[in-house]
Amino acid sequence: MQPKLAVSQVYKVFGDAAPAALDLLRRGRSKQEILAETGATVGVRDASFDVQEGEIFVVMGLSGSGKSTLVRMLNGLIPPTSGQILIDGEDIARADAARLRRIRREKISMIFQHFALFPHWTVAENVAYGLKITGVPHDERRARALDVLEQVGLAAWADSLPSDLSGGMQQRVGLARGLAAEPDILLMDEPFGALDPLIRREMQMELLTLQRTLKKTIVFITHDLNEALMLGSRIAIMKDGQIVQIGTAQEIVTAPADDYVAAFVADIDRGRVFTADDVSSDATTIQLRQTSVRDALRMMERGGANALYVLDGDRVAGVVTYRDLAASEMDTAITASLQGSLITDFPTADTTTCLSDLYSDAGSGLPIAVTDERDRLLAVVEPADVLAHLSGDATPQEQQEQTYAQPR
Amino acid sequence: MLSPADLATLPFDDWVNTFVRGWLVPNFRPFFRATQVPISAVLDWLDTLFRWLPMLVTTALFALASWKWAGRGMAIFTVLGFAFIDMIGLWPETMTTLAMVVTAVLFCAVIGIPAGIVSARSNLFWRILRPVLDVMQTIPSFVYLVPIVMLFGVGMAPGIIATIVFALPPIVRLTNLGIRNVRGDLIEAAEAFGSTGWQMLWDLQLPLAMRTIMAGLNQTLMLAMSMVVISALIGAGGLGLIVNTGLGRLDVGGATAGGVGIVILAIVLDRITQGLAEQNNVSRMSLRQTLSNVFRLRGTAALAGVEKAG
Repeated sequence: MQPKLAVSQVYKVFGDAAPAALDLLRRGRSKQEILAETGATVGVRDASFDVQEGEIFVVMGLSGSGKSTLVRMLNGLIPPTSGQILIDGEDIARADAARLRRIRREKISMIFQHFALFPHWTVAENVAYGLKITGVPHDERRARALDVLEQVGLAAWADSLPSDLSGGMQQRVGLARGLAAEPDILLMDEPFGALDPLIRREMQMELLTLQRTLKKTIVFITHDLNEALMLGSRIAIMKDGQIVQIGTAQEIVTAPADDYVAAFVADIDRGRVFTADDVSSDATTIQLRQTSVRDALRMMERGGANALYVLDGDRVAGVVTYRDLAASEMDTAITASLQGSLITDFPTADTTTCLSDLYSDAGSGLPIAVTDERDRLLAVVEPADVLAHLSGDATPQEQQEQTYAQPR
Repeated sequence: MLSPADLATLPFDDWVNTFVRGWLVPNFRPFFRATQVPISAVLDWLDTLFRWLPMLVTTALFALASWKWAGRGMAIFTVLGFAFIDMIGLWPETMTTLAMVVTAVLFCAVIGIPAGIVSARSNLFWRILRPVLDVMQTIPSFVYLVPIVMLFGVGMAPGIIATIVFALPPIVRLTNLGIRNVRGDLIEAAEAFGSTGWQMLWDLQLPLAMRTIMAGLNQTLMLAMSMVVISALIGAGGLGLIVNTGLGRLDVGGATAGGVGIVILAIVLDRITQGLAEQNNVSRMSLRQTLSNVFRLRGTAALAGVEKAG
């Protein structure tokens, strides 16, 4: 599939000596050396990545890492010094002013850290801005603006001025303005960076909820790794204008590419990054009506397991533990059945449940059943694995094996 | 002591004489004459209008404008001031001066706002224009009165042209400043949504710079008022002529009467345009407060103009 947005070998050097500096960059000189030698500032250095349709691609970096420059090159606000930026196969870096304008109007819109709402216009007029400049008649664009405001929960404020709204509400207007022209791609430049933590959290949730129905391609800039890990389908980490690692949240936390990334992820809330999917293993199961107690015990002894999930046909019937089964076999050697020792009140999770939510279930000592929406058993999570992952003891190798073992 | 003058002397005055009298005037006089046609047309029209309107109607209109934009005290001041002018017998001259000032300001706006917009968008243009504006503001106006008479002749229109030269810089400067001061992230947002340069100008830059532009207009108006007396030297009529005549005849009373008329008109116009620029609801001030404000007047340019002529 053709990626929605393909960035390859993009460089940005600010200053008059850009060509000379570019040459030095390609020969591997550092940002500081180039500044000293040519006076040119390196903004972005050899950035390459693809963003697939419907993905939230997060670019994470501290201030000065070039992330804002990078995102502004994606819609041509800053022209790259060299390299290629393809949107649906069309090169932004080489588009003339008229084509660039058309792409911005139709395909790509932007949401800003400090909202950048027009102070002399009402909320509805702000939202309709993208439509106004393309010449949509007044009534039509107002109707569309009200629709979008409804989506972000601000329809009642349509005729207020932006200055009457709180920061979080203003950014919702910014989001609505970005959505009103129905672009395929949203560029979000630290959109929640200027909001206080509670509102930020709320807005993150809301973005994820909206994204479930909108399915836009989003490039999201942030300096907050927790935000990146929470929102990103994939994350690119930038340092000194360079992308040091691209991967999913789990990949970045378990296998940091270098010390810089490792230092970042060191104090991350791992419970929110990893999901049941990451720690589950293939389930060994027995059938309620076909397996005898003796066979079940033998299977557990062989596999070193304390408990086994019992299926009744396709459905999960419950879980049996070695201790219960062994006890019931001793007591009633002849009549012992799985049914008698079945624990039906077993812990369950789905593949996206995060570890912090599994933690309390892990305390029961029973393996946690990972089920799909039709209650079929996909895998199980051993309590010990949850604890190991939360404490960061699981090595990347183990993680890899578990990933392969997962049923997909 | 050795001085550069011992080595060589420059006949700078001759050069200028040759340039203006030998080349500019013979070759371009018809061109310059033609440029004053629109100015004369606007001026005649306004002059006829202001003289045709009955004094009470004009006063009522100005008082209403003052009330709306400068408060009740200023409205009372306008009524009393205009009545005073009428009673000292200078009403027709005052209306001529008003027509001249309005014409000059109109043309300053027509030239100055676009020039300010271009300056804000092009650093090169601004670098070239800035020294020109500096010269226009600092050169004594008597210096360009003579070439203006040579090129345009004498009369009302040349007087207005001299006024335009003197009063143009602030509106250009403040338009430029206002547009450059529009927040960068708003410009970036407009650009990110794919607006054209014109759309950005109309939707964003002009509305957000309007306050600053209005402040520039107010400054331009005050400078134009201060040129009233000087431009009367080259044949422009109105209150300036009264002042000049008074000076020539050592008639202190006549000169003062003209000067007071200029001051009253200047104060009223200044307060109305300032109020327009600020566009906020003016608290209703008492007449006493207004008067005390008037004498702490920031724009004393009108007074300065009178002094200069004297």
